[in-house]
Amino acid sequence: MNPIYVRRRRKDIIVRGLCIGAAAFGVTWLALILMTLLYNGLAGLNLEIFVADTPPPGSTEGGLRNAIVGSIIMTVIGVGIGAPLGLFAGTYLAEYGRNDRLTSVIRFINDILLSAPSIIIGLFIYGAVVVPMRGFSAIAGALALAVIVIPVVLRTTEDMLLLVPNALREAASALGLPRSLVIKRIAYRAARSGLITGVLLATARVAGETAPLLFTALSNQFFSLGLNKTMANLPVTINNFVQSPYAYWKQLAWSGALLITITVLALNIGARILGAERTAK
Amino acid sequence: MTDLSVSVSSNAHLASQQPLPEAPAKVTVRNLNFYYGEHHALKNINLTLGANRVTAFIGPSGCGKSTLLRIFNRMYDLYPGQRVTGQLMLDQTNILDPKLDLNLLRARVGMVFQKPTPFPMTIYENIAFGIRLYEKISKSEMDDRVEKALRGGALWNEVKDKLNASGLSLSGGQQQRLCIARTVAVRPEVILFDEPCSALDPISTAKVEELIQELSENYTIAIVTHNMQQAARVSDKTAFMYLGELIEFDDTSKIFTSPSDRRTQDYITGRFG
Repeated sequence: MNPIYVRRRRKDIIVRGLCIGAAAFGVTWLALILMTLLYNGLAGLNLEIFVADTPPPGSTEGGLRNAIVGSIIMTVIGVGIGAPLGLFAGTYLAEYGRNDRLTSVIRFINDILLSAPSIIIGLFIYGAVVVPMRGFSAIAGALALAVIVIPVVLRTTEDMLLLVPNALREAASALGLPRSLVIKRIAYRAARSGLITGVLLATARVAGETAPLLFTALSNQFFSLGLNKTMANLPVTINNFVQSPYAYWKQLAWSGALLITITVLALNIGARILGAERTAK
Repeated sequence: MTDLSVSVSSNAHLASQQPLPEAPAKVTVRNLNFYYGEHHALKNINLTLGANRVTAFIGPSGCGKSTLLRIFNRMYDLYPGQRVTGQLMLDQTNILDPKLDLNLLRARVGMVFQKPTPFPMTIYENIAFGIRLYEKISKSEMDDRVEKALRGGALWNEVKDKLNASGLSLSGGQQQRLCIARTVAVRPEVILFDEPCSALDPISTAKVEELIQELSENYTIAIVTHNMQQAARVSDKTAFMYLGELIEFDDTSKIFTSPSDRRTQDYITGRFG
């Protein structure tokens, strides 16, 4: 056979082998992590997790009810504050400020915020909210999550709106639609699944955040719905329980970790399905 | 040339070679200049669009014909750095008046684009949407208006059983007729067509051309086209533009049989462009 061809084929086999090896290496660890999580998490997963609050030290009874409820409350408030801000800001960048110099500045700052370590955001809220309010609180935790949500939603909103063909905006304007209606009725509708995907991904992102809650909502051993008091939440509870000497607490941490993972997975799958709908059109 | 005169003669009044009776002016363009930043895109344009007439704009790419069309409904206002001087009247309204309500202008001057642009909603909503901007009418009246508009767009028979299907589910030619129906639905006075058939197959093109002729009974029409046969088939008047200037503007029959400018002659016989 032609020696040049043989050499090329050997190279091809080697490169392909390396690629497969690298992929397998990455997936193996992920699979191991998930399997360990499933194995340990499922063992402790029962109804008590959802109906009983976190146990006092030494107890072998109790669940994660207060942490689950707290996580849901703070995530909902955080996304509720952050998502509209991100949507509006992204709309400004993609629709009104497209030819503005301010736009590139905002986009640059947003990218920095997007990659800022979440612990820094936690510290910022600690200084901006916790200290003036003289105490840790659920609202501070929700605000920290909101600050994380904003850049994620802003970015996806801008990207998705930029994907809407300009011809569609022109056609709507040519019909006599004012700018605000072109955005609301045409651009938003054309980009709808993408916009929802962005919010879902942002929710998934903050659902598992620990660092921004450590300095803000702290945690709470008891069930509490007060927004101006400390509030239990899954990530910080996991963090605390994993470091504890009690076997039962460790078990609860595994179950909590499994719950968060399932939630994040569900949100991502939801985002995927919506994304697939968009490309199918 | 023989080919061309055959297609021209499909228009009854063109075959007679008699000059068209002058129609009252609907849109009047006087000394119009247009600039994209520093670029002088339109140079001292003068012409009138006769009421209920079809006026075709032909010329090589970049000659400014689409630019001119997009001034008629102030589309250029969507983008910064564009400037216009001169006079442009729609009946008694000064289109270039900076204080003019653009949305009301665009309700009077509709536009159909090169690529079909159905809105991401149902076929019914695509039509009703525009009507709702200007009128508050009952459901049954709206059903009526939607049907009328779809008939006006020669689309009713194809979509009457699936009005709730997405506008995006239609074929390209149907989408374009949906866009025409949507434009007609708000009852404009002038309709601008910017190369409406360049993305369509020959059969859809024939349907749209037929539609344009029907519409000229009730509307003043301006159409930009790259296809000279199309201009010959659908229009009463033809404007030939070149490098931002209006070279010749006359009855379509005259432009395509005995143009008075050398450049027009060269263009329509395919010597350049």
